[in-house]
Amino acid sequence: MDWSAVLISLKTASAAIVITFFTGIAAAWLVESIRNEKLKMICDGILTLPLVLPPTVAGFFLLYIFGVKRPVGQFFLDYFGVKIAFSWSATVLAATVISFPLMYRSARGAFEQVDKNLLYAGRTLGMSEWSVFWKILFPNALSGILSGGILAFARGLGEFGATAMIAGNIQEKTRTLPLAVYSEVSAGNMEGAFVYVAILVLISFLVVTGMNYVTWAFQKFNRR
Amino acid sequence: MSRLEVQFSKKLKSFTMDMEFSMDGECLGILGASGSGKSMTLKAIAGIVTPDSGRIQANGRVLFDKAEKKDLPPRKRKVGYLFQNYALFPNMTVAENIGAGMRGSKAEKKRKIAEMTERFHLSGLENQYPYRLSGGQQQRTALARILASEPDVLLLDEPFSALDSYLKEELQLELREHLKQFGGSTIIVSHDRDEIYRLCDRTMIVEEGCNRICKDTKELFLCPEKTAAARLTGCKNISKAVKTGENRVRALEWGVELTVAGRIPENLSTVGIRAHDFLEVPSQDTAGKGAGESGNSETDRVQKECNCFPVVVEEEIKSPFERTVLFRNAANPAGSMWMKMDDVSRNFLPRMVEVEPEKILLLTD
Repeated sequence: MDWSAVLISLKTASAAIVITFFTGIAAAWLVESIRNEKLKMICDGILTLPLVLPPTVAGFFLLYIFGVKRPVGQFFLDYFGVKIAFSWSATVLAATVISFPLMYRSARGAFEQVDKNLLYAGRTLGMSEWSVFWKILFPNALSGILSGGILAFARGLGEFGATAMIAGNIQEKTRTLPLAVYSEVSAGNMEGAFVYVAILVLISFLVVTGMNYVTWAFQKFNRR
Repeated sequence: MSRLEVQFSKKLKSFTMDMEFSMDGECLGILGASGSGKSMTLKAIAGIVTPDSGRIQANGRVLFDKAEKKDLPPRKRKVGYLFQNYALFPNMTVAENIGAGMRGSKAEKKRKIAEMTERFHLSGLENQYPYRLSGGQQQRTALARILASEPDVLLLDEPFSALDSYLKEELQLELREHLKQFGGSTIIVSHDRDEIYRLCDRTMIVEEGCNRICKDTKELFLCPEKTAAARLTGCKNISKAVKTGENRVRALEWGVELTVAGRIPENLSTVGIRAHDFLEVPSQDTAGKGAGESGNSETDRVQKECNCFPVVVEEEIKSPFERTVLFRNAANPAGSMWMKMDDVSRNFLPRMVEVEPEKILLLTD
């Protein structure tokens, strides 16, 4: 039993959800406000791509962009002294990219559910776009946004394919829980794998139950 | 003086809107069937939709002008919009809703919210969320919220359609008082003619996105001039018609010839008779006058002048305070006509009806 895997996993998923939560909402709002329907569809397609691609393909692209010998990876190494590939930041990068579409799509769905007349009413009352967003759109979409956030967190926690591609499987550095399960099983140690599996099942169950609770609490509050 | 000038066109899926009207601080009603472009007109004024061309001006301020490439965003137009479902913010209390569009310091807002809740009979409900309010309270909150933002123009989109009918009349009286206090240009969109009749100084009839006719409300109901106007003001009986003499017209769909009062317009297309304007001819007269063919020339003349003709009743519908009878012309059965009577106690069905020449509406398209 190696507790570092638990720690790395939680740290990675937490860092990733902080990033995806805000970028996902911002992307949803931006795409939502595109007037050209075709452009909207194309932007939506690109942002959703990591959800439908096999994670190894997403990982391949990440490696292609952020690899030490690639321009972007080289840039980070030269100017910031940060080596992204095969470091902890690579696990965060992989989890962020893979969980982003879940956050983005949930936020968009939540925004679309909000009665458009509420937004028009806010505008005709003289509210700025900024207030319309923070005082009307966001609070009325909050339950959908929060359950999207929880889903994205769970997806980040379970990320395997892309992480293996760009972060590798380095013990006490990039070995997250799913990678630990894989390593134990490939070493023929089923009992060792069982502990990690149990922890993952427990956390996932708590997350899904938490999501249900959030939805329930909001429905109770927002009975219209 | 509060003045609103509207002129715009916009291509929609099934027709092209071409709207033009102006008003001076009065209350204008827009009557039209669903999908005729009533709400679209309000949305164009409020800036929620953008017209293809035209110019909209309120109190001398240009809100939209295609030629000058001017298109003020909704928040700068000072146009209050009451949505059909009131669009109260569900995440805010009554007080927060009313304060949503207010400017000024916190103390000032608080004072104004208190004033508005008082004026709109919402005292005690300040901290309630909209879902806890009745339909009438929701409407008051929405109206208070709009008037608190101090608009130049007020647009009401089907203000009573979300309410139970027993609440409507009370709230209409209330709304009339608030509109008097407001004093600026107000537009009420509705398909309910009673609502329009009670609240609006002038009424515009809209069909396929065009202003068909716009005049004093009472006059419009009395003399609708256009077929669409007659139909929308509740005229049940409308038939294609042709002029047959100096003061005679033939209603083609009913198979009767009628004497009318007033000048018959050159481009007459239809005649209309309101269901309440048919009168039942008492039965003893009916016996004396016969069925029309056998009578002497004197009774024929009388019958012609008072538009008297025998009928066959097809159906009778009774409501608590009204009797509706559906009938056809007996001599020349064609399309059916509606007649409404106030005396519900009688069981007798009319065998002969008449309609005064003054009551026949001469309509053009």
